[in-house]
Amino acid sequence: MTDRRTFLRMAIMGTAGLLVAGCDKISQSSWGPKVLGKAQGLNRRVQALLSPSSAMAKEYTEADISPTFHPNGTTMPDTDEYQALMANNFRDYKLKVTGLVTTPGEFSIDDLKKLDNRTQITRHDCVEGWSAIGKWQGTQLSALLDHVGVDPKARFVVFHCLDNMDVDTPYYESVDIEEARHPQTLLAFNLNDKPLPVSNGAPLRLRVGRQLGYKQAKYIGSIELVDSFAKIGSGNGGYWEDQGYEWYAGI
Amino acid sequence: MTTETVTENVISQSAAAMTPPAPATSKRLVYRHSLPIRLMHWINVISLSLMFFSGLQIFNAHPSLSWGNYNNPDKPLLALDAREDASGNLIGITRIGKHEFNTTGVLGVSKGPDGTPTARGFPSWLTVPGPGWLSMGRQWHFFFAWIFVLNGLCYIGYSLTKKHVQRDLWPTKADWRGIGQSIADHVRFKHPHGEEALRYNILQRLAYLIVIFVFGIGIVLMGLAMSPRMDAVLSPMVELVGGRQAARTIHFIIAWAFVAFVLIHVFEVLISGVFNQLRGMITGYYKVDVEPVSVVKNEPVAVIKETTHD
Repeated sequence: MTDRRTFLRMAIMGTAGLLVAGCDKISQSSWGPKVLGKAQGLNRRVQALLSPSSAMAKEYTEADISPTFHPNGTTMPDTDEYQALMANNFRDYKLKVTGLVTTPGEFSIDDLKKLDNRTQITRHDCVEGWSAIGKWQGTQLSALLDHVGVDPKARFVVFHCLDNMDVDTPYYESVDIEEARHPQTLLAFNLNDKPLPVSNGAPLRLRVGRQLGYKQAKYIGSIELVDSFAKIGSGNGGYWEDQGYEWYAGI
Repeated sequence: MTTETVTENVISQSAAAMTPPAPATSKRLVYRHSLPIRLMHWINVISLSLMFFSGLQIFNAHPSLSWGNYNNPDKPLLALDAREDASGNLIGITRIGKHEFNTTGVLGVSKGPDGTPTARGFPSWLTVPGPGWLSMGRQWHFFFAWIFVLNGLCYIGYSLTKKHVQRDLWPTKADWRGIGQSIADHVRFKHPHGEEALRYNILQRLAYLIVIFVFGIGIVLMGLAMSPRMDAVLSPMVELVGGRQAARTIHFIIAWAFVAFVLIHVFEVLISGVFNQLRGMITGYYKVDVEPVSVVKNEPVAVIKETTHD
């Protein structure tokens, strides 16, 4: 009986193990991820059809706000630049806007507050699987883009962050112009009616209503409008994208 | 399940020649499963398996389930945790509601690639890829999700137009009346080998209908409910099922319900003639016992009896 049970267990684990090992070979091959990755382009195109670019993420009520908003990734940037800004409670902070714009500029949080603001209670979905709900207040990215004037050649907005993920590898992210101009795309400075805590990305972070957590860049230092992100980082449009995650984070 | 008979009496020739009116039943090969059904069945086996294993990889990134729209770390419905015991060894703890189970070695803590105990929800032999690798798990999952969905749509379209659902799966009144007998037959592992085997019994019909139309459609919808972009249009459904974390929990439960179905399905195949069943789903041909031809020919009573029986 024990022998039979052991045999059965070994057989099940052996079969599963072989299958997993085979899949691991494919995962590590040069062609495997390329073939599997075809589905990602399909996800983006089909989702754009089923859920139009104008569709709004659900907005919740105050009662729905989660008791905690789990900070993930960097929770305390250790760069000298960030530490100096934090020491002065971000009073010297200026957001730089560069690249394919008519008038590059620098904006303090107070400058940003003078542009069109929006408050929204939206859900944050991490790629790991968990969710949290927070009340965000921030400047609509579209208002800032209108303020600086976007060159028609610009296709993406890149967010360069003040935190390093590895040695000299700052976090960065990017969205296309359409997503950047969505009314729920904010440069958020408040979370739950208080200035954004350091662990959640002070003084300024991105909120994109309809994409996963890694898109919501924290500690934004500068914004760059580009026609291609091929020359930034490893060329995939974001720090996690450079680690193999898909650029389109709508699923 | 087309029962188009491409008869071929498989009664052994030598036996027929040497021992006339043999009491042994003769057999008939029936073309039971059409080529599209067979193809779609095996495509489904592959896509469902890979989605299950890669799904467990994705689950491992946050090995916990909650209800509602956000997860409550203090009150998970299910959590596969790791903690250190008094002597500093890693132990795997599976929490279901308020109950805790030590599941070291399989859930919560299992051996890593170098053989040392590692904190991970499901063990590496159940995940694709084996090591913790969320982004690659997602690649596998979404690739086969497309195959699963397209294959499933083809199946539903084909089965409805060919009346496979209406004829072979939808239970008749007689099926419902026989449900008690069918349950009794199943628990005694009794399976028909004659013409009756060509017809799905009531439990099969219900199982297939539920798996296809409840599990299949349900798991896809719950998967879509986890997509923030889709939620811009699907949020009424997400709220209806109890929130995004609830949708994730239901997605997980249906995945295991599929596993339960597959285990029962494979068990039934094993005990009802594994070779015959496999041939049926590979070549299309399924063998059934028939009454000896001579008996039917010589005794009209038997024929009448059969017609009244129908």
